[in-house]
Amino acid sequence: MWGSMFRWLDPYAKPETLYHLCGRLLPYLMGLALFTLLLGNIWGLAFSPSDYQQGDSYRIIYIHVPSAIWSMGAYSSMAIAAFIGLVWQIRVAQWAVLAIAPIGAVYTVIALFTGAAWGKPMWGTWWVWDARLTSELVLLFLYLGVIALAGAFSEAARGIKVASLLAIVGVVNLPIIHYSVEWWNTLHQGATITKFAKPSIDPSMLWPLLISLLGFALLLAALTCLRLRSQILIFEQHRPWVRQLVDQQQGEQS
Amino acid sequence: MSIILAAEALSCVRQDRVLFENLNFQLSAGQVLYIQGKNGAGKSSLLRLLAGLTLPEDGQILFRGKPLSGQSEEFAGQLLFIGHHSGIHPQLTALQNLAFWSALSEQAVADPYQLLGSLGLAGLEDIPCFMLSAGQQRRVSLARLWFSTKSLWILDEPFTSLDQQLIATLEQHFLQHLAKGGLIVLTSHQSLSADYPALQAIELEYRW
Amino acid sequence: MVMWRALVQRELQLLGRQKADWLNPLVFFLLVLSLFPLGIGPEPGMLKQIAPGLVWIAALLSVLLSAERLFKDDYRYGVIEQLVAGRQGLFSYVTAKICCHWLSTGVPLVLVSPLIAVLLGLDWQSWQVLVVTLLLGTPVLSLLSVLGAALTMAADKGGILQALIILPLYIPLLIFASGAMEAAATALPYTGQLAVLLAFLLFALALVPLAVRQALRMNVG
Repeated sequence: MWGSMFRWLDPYAKPETLYHLCGRLLPYLMGLALFTLLLGNIWGLAFSPSDYQQGDSYRIIYIHVPSAIWSMGAYSSMAIAAFIGLVWQIRVAQWAVLAIAPIGAVYTVIALFTGAAWGKPMWGTWWVWDARLTSELVLLFLYLGVIALAGAFSEAARGIKVASLLAIVGVVNLPIIHYSVEWWNTLHQGATITKFAKPSIDPSMLWPLLISLLGFALLLAALTCLRLRSQILIFEQHRPWVRQLVDQQQGEQS
Repeated sequence: MSIILAAEALSCVRQDRVLFENLNFQLSAGQVLYIQGKNGAGKSSLLRLLAGLTLPEDGQILFRGKPLSGQSEEFAGQLLFIGHHSGIHPQLTALQNLAFWSALSEQAVADPYQLLGSLGLAGLEDIPCFMLSAGQQRRVSLARLWFSTKSLWILDEPFTSLDQQLIATLEQHFLQHLAKGGLIVLTSHQSLSADYPALQAIELEYRW
Repeated sequence: MVMWRALVQRELQLLGRQKADWLNPLVFFLLVLSLFPLGIGPEPGMLKQIAPGLVWIAALLSVLLSAERLFKDDYRYGVIEQLVAGRQGLFSYVTAKICCHWLSTGVPLVLVSPLIAVLLGLDWQSWQVLVVTLLLGTPVLSLLSVLGAALTMAADKGGILQALIILPLYIPLLIFASGAMEAAATALPYTGQLAVLLAFLLFALALVPLAVRQALRMNVG
């Protein structure tokens, strides 16, 4: 059943087709990403009203919240790619794992940094062992583990498979880690985070946030396309179509 | 005669180097496939492909006429693979190593002392294998061939560091296995001396 | 079952031959524990307060380090390769490895726990809870460490890499095991934490052996 349901996807599992598809999508994704990011952030940073409690410092949510949400979204999509790559033995899906991992790690770093910068005016200190920040830190370690494992093998194809397995193990563990950390946090420091647990957000603040959220998602997709293209070239370099491509481009240059 | 193991347009790439392309053969019961070639020509890689450990870059391997990928359990049930490394743990004695492999293949060895003795290991059964010579370790590893019920043997350099007498014993055992309808795929640097009824040879060229 | 018993017997023979594999982690565990009073100060009140975290961090490090070489020899001598090619024995081999790893690292920690109680000034009640958390938690430590060893088996770098990928997965265990001990020390109910530890154990027991088998296959494929 599964086989026939996804038969129409088969051509895209072919590296060459996927390479060209990513190449076609890339300019649109990148253009839309830049547009929505600029729109969302300029609106959010310059035009939306300031918060009655936090003043202007809340405006960091236009970067912090999207990067935090998509740092987890990137991990999930990485794990989904890993699952597809391992179960159906589709190599391009395994390469996608390696393409997404560093982007997700950078998103996580952005979320951690903006979270800490937000904490400075709010809590008076750069770092608090708040449940969400701690989970985000653990997520960064999980990303770094996948990246380190993928690079630890002299046979690159083997490293990617093993790293894919680790990504799946990680995604199974992520909710457990998240709830454990939350439980630990309520046990140890109780009330610090309730400050941000707002029941509602004003539409004038919400719209730029949603646009920024979309922008970060598009940027993730665009960067994944970009990195996946170079992964495909690296792994297929001995194939005739890549050699042809190189000859073509050299011909155009000279 | 029905074909048991076949390769169709097999090709293999390791570390961006093409080892072989468009390799074909067909093996039926009682036949030997003898793979020759220089170091690094891809003999071991070919054996690992045939043992189902790795997947070919192109082409496919057929077992009883059907692709290997769909029936790996049945295939593994018929397979005895001894790779480049002997599979002998040097900290264990010959008897302990033998017990491990016989437990895994679920074949009890009637008299392990007699078996090891017939391979010239009498008196060495109870000392850790790291104290044995390379040839003696190879014998412990090959002892499996005497109690295995598997029909397809894939052996990487079985004759390495064995003396002439034991090579002769081993080749006699090969002939018995073939006579019972078994199959053997092996690599070797030295030429085979026994007279095999149906021998196929493949020479792998070293390619850049 | 006959096969499994033979495989366990082989692992025990190897452990008997290579005693450093299980003695060193035990010494390491005690050594790490005795470093803390030297670094932090020997006041009994302070030690008692940080004891749960200390014991569990030392335990997870020692179990993790002990697993590093678990598959290296069998990989180097081609045992794993032949197991993967032959298929049917691989899963029994994995479970035998996990079982014997726990017997050789988790059980000794439980056995030396009275000594820990003396060193860190734990009372009778706290020691009992420590033993229960160790009994429930060390099998999970073993399972995850074996997974780490299997993932990094054919890697060029071992040691730190294995710690890097497995330590984040230990976090829930660390939280609930030391949480149970802390609750017991302040006379709060702790059965909830123990139930969570049991749930972790059952969950890991169901999934980790399969993941280990898959990791071994990938490492020789």
